Amino acid sequence: MPALTDAAISVSGLDKSFGTTKALDQLDLTVHTEEVHGFLGPNGAGKSTTIRVLLGLLRSDAGTAAVLGGDPWRDAVALHRRLSYVAGDVNLWPNLTGGEAIDLFARLRGGFDRKRRDALCDRFDLDPTKKGRTYSKGNRQKVAIVAALASDVELLVLDEPTAGLDPLMESVFAECVRELKAAGRTVLLSSHILAQVEALCDRVSIIRLGHIVESGSLSELRHLTRTTVIAETARPADRLAELPGVHDPAVHNGQLRFDVDTEQLDAVIGYLHSLGIRSLVSQPPTLEQLFMRHYGDDLNADVTTTRSA
Amino acid sequence: MTITTTRPAVTAHDRGSTFTGTGALVRFILRRDRVRIPVWLAALTLTTVGTAQSFQDLYGDDTNRAQVAETMSTPAGLAMTGPAHYLGDYTLGAMMSHQMLGFMAIMVGLMSVLAVVRHTRAEEETGRAELVRANVVGRHAHLVAALAVVAATNVVLALLIAAGLGGLGMAGITWSGALLYGAAHAAAGIVFAGVAAVTVQITEHSRGAAGLALAVVGVAYVLRAAGDVGDNGLSWLSPIGWVQATWAFLENRWWPLLLAVALAVGLVLVAFQLSSRRDVGAGLRQPRSGAAAASNALAHPIGFALRLHRGLMFGFGVAMLLLGVTYGSILGEAEDMLAGIDAFQDVIAEIGGATVAESFASMVMVIMAIIASVYVVMAALRPRAEENAGRAEPVLATALSRVRWLGSHLVVVLIGSVVMLLAAGLGIGLSGASSMGDSSMVGKLVGASLAYLPALWVTAGIAVLLVGLVPRAAALAWIVPLYAFLVGYLGQILQFPNWMNNLSPFGHIPQLPVDDLDFVPLLALTALAAALAVGGLLAFREREVNVT
Ligand SMILES: Nc1ncnc2c1ncn2[C@@H]1O[C@H](COP(=O)(O)OP(=O)(O)OP(=O)(O)O)[C@@H](O)[C@H]1O
Ligand SMILES: [Mg+2]
Repeated sequence: MPALTDAAISVSGLDKSFGTTKALDQLDLTVHTEEVHGFLGPNGAGKSTTIRVLLGLLRSDAGTAAVLGGDPWRDAVALHRRLSYVAGDVNLWPNLTGGEAIDLFARLRGGFDRKRRDALCDRFDLDPTKKGRTYSKGNRQKVAIVAALASDVELLVLDEPTAGLDPLMESVFAECVRELKAAGRTVLLSSHILAQVEALCDRVSIIRLGHIVESGSLSELRHLTRTTVIAETARPADRLAELPGVHDPAVHNGQLRFDVDTEQLDAVIGYLHSLGIRSLVSQPPTLEQLFMRHYGDDLNADVTTTRSA
Repeated sequence: MTITTTRPAVTAHDRGSTFTGTGALVRFILRRDRVRIPVWLAALTLTTVGTAQSFQDLYGDDTNRAQVAETMSTPAGLAMTGPAHYLGDYTLGAMMSHQMLGFMAIMVGLMSVLAVVRHTRAEEETGRAELVRANVVGRHAHLVAALAVVAATNVVLALLIAAGLGGLGMAGITWSGALLYGAAHAAAGIVFAGVAAVTVQITEHSRGAAGLALAVVGVAYVLRAAGDVGDNGLSWLSPIGWVQATWAFLENRWWPLLLAVALAVGLVLVAFQLSSRRDVGAGLRQPRSGAAAASNALAHPIGFALRLHRGLMFGFGVAMLLLGVTYGSILGEAEDMLAGIDAFQDVIAEIGGATVAESFASMVMVIMAIIASVYVVMAALRPRAEENAGRAEPVLATALSRVRWLGSHLVVVLIGSVVMLLAAGLGIGLSGASSMGDSSMVGKLVGASLAYLPALWVTAGIAVLLVGLVPRAAALAWIVPLYAFLVGYLGQILQFPNWMNNLSPFGHIPQLPVDDLDFVPLLALTALAAALAVGGLLAFREREVNVT
């Protein structure tokens, strides 16, 4: 296997259609080894589809994908020994207990560690003797998480693993992810919980309509977004709207309020300075704003600033 | 009415009854089944009218019918069709009642059971019922709506059949007989709908509920077979026996249908009782907790598949055993029945030296093997069901390869096929040996039963090939047992050409113990089964998981 790169996952130009629906459209994605990589995007953007291709459950129409240096379709079985997966939708067998399901997954994968599994059940406060159908949504999710964490593997592919978990369990999960990272494991984490991504991920990729629209470390991404400025100036700022990078300027009670692309911040403040600044508040961009930009529909036009790290 | 200033929190009217919303659900069911119901009605009506027409062509004159009556009065003939009373005046009408009523009762039973399960337990299992019931819908509304639609379907079927037969204007087919003949179908359908109404309360799995109810249909058929051959009153324990006891086109008695109506009402009341006692989505038995860890066997792919299949395999195996025991118990009577009648020595000579009991047994074997193929299809489609339920995906994301996963299910199906035929063969062999007082029957009949293994393997191979190659159409595997049953039954009474029988794998199996054991077809079928299965496994290796 060609282990020439340090990428645990590297995907380029991936296409996948279901009938007339184009689920993936020229998708590029790189996940470095030993990093926790956040995978974000609105509903139906193609996250689960990407993950299924990476697991060799779906076959891509075009493009290349390498997982741990192997071909996800051809080398599926060999690769699956080295990775765990938590599915977005956890379905358990009605006549198997949660404990049996956990062992089954972990033992079919290999590298099953009984002590580790018991410790995980304790940490997640999971009763392994219940039958599949009788678990609540969150507990079903825990079964899948414990099953994935019970084997010691190089790569964890987690598709919305904490959907339905209570906040306490979510923090237990976060702890587990940090331990994995400390142990040098690689994690691909698809999630809609921004705070979780912000807290856990080294780098993130944002997918929209089957295409990666942003990818990079969090500070790199922050740089791409806008700062909100509230200011009062001695003379009216007539030309503000004409400046490059200024969005939605408005005057309210004599106060100016606008967003500015972080790259243009310096030039815009210079202009305000020339008018005599009386007061100035500038709010750094939140990650939330960054994500919202890519989630909302009205921002279609803005998403031209595609950048791949 | 007085006008009050304060509104009570919930008025009696607001609270509604447990039937609230039934009307809306009826319309919803009719909309969902707008193709299904007409197809069933058309198929059953056309089968009836077509059979009557063929009877007239084949057996239009009295001497022909007398000959048929003679062959039908053998144990095999009676077990397959209906009570001997009809043979006394074997008009075309009597022939319809004798040869078609039992068969059609199974068909309307199938239609009614599947419809009731589909609109009650299957809805609960998928969680859709919960969504619906959160609206203004009473606890019993789903069940009542399903039963109302099924009952109405059966009544329409009765009228269509009556009109279709009466309209033929054939000698021996009177309008009053046709009306009763049609009503007999409706009565059978409504009873089995009632049976399904109860079974859907018992188990939380829709397939289990359908299986239980269809097992009752099967038991009803076998009971009347035993009753008609032994002439011992057992037929009166069977709803199919009741509808056949109407003597439609002869004396036209309506009262046996009252038994059916009374039983149906009783069953529905029981169903209401049971359904009031349980939660939405739950069965009658409270779920218990189980093992905290997987056994070593479960962690092996075959052990895992076996675990998923064992309920079906055990339940079906017991049913096959009981079926065999029932048929075996009338072997002795079949022998006695004809011992004194000279006329049948000729028939026996024709069969080629085999005893009456042996020729009866060889016919029963085909029936039991076709029933076993129902198990094979259910089990072989299980991997597809796993896939549809989203449970295949996480398993295939482990180091278990597709071929091993599907192959493990296939291995379990092959084991199951042996279990089914062994159970059926032992059942008929042991009880046949005791009823005839001839212990050599055990080995003979077990062997005769196992000879059908290659046919079951071909059935499994077809199902696996469909799962691998055209998963969306995997349910087409049901054609194998359905075709074998239709051709086996209708082909025999309507004299279908031989090639139609040869299309079914069951048509190639030597009918032991009457025929000689011929290994050529057995080996050929086994090779075909292997090719089909390998093709299915390879196709599955190349295809995506979860294709819808
Ligand atoms: N098996 C399938 N057949 C047809 N279309 C599919 C299939 N699987 C996914 N799609 C379509 O592909 C697109 C991407 O779906 P995907 O499940 O990858 O989204 P997602 O990003 O995981 O969304 P979510 O956040 O809701 O989980 C959607 O438009 C979906 O409808
Ligand atoms: Mg998803």
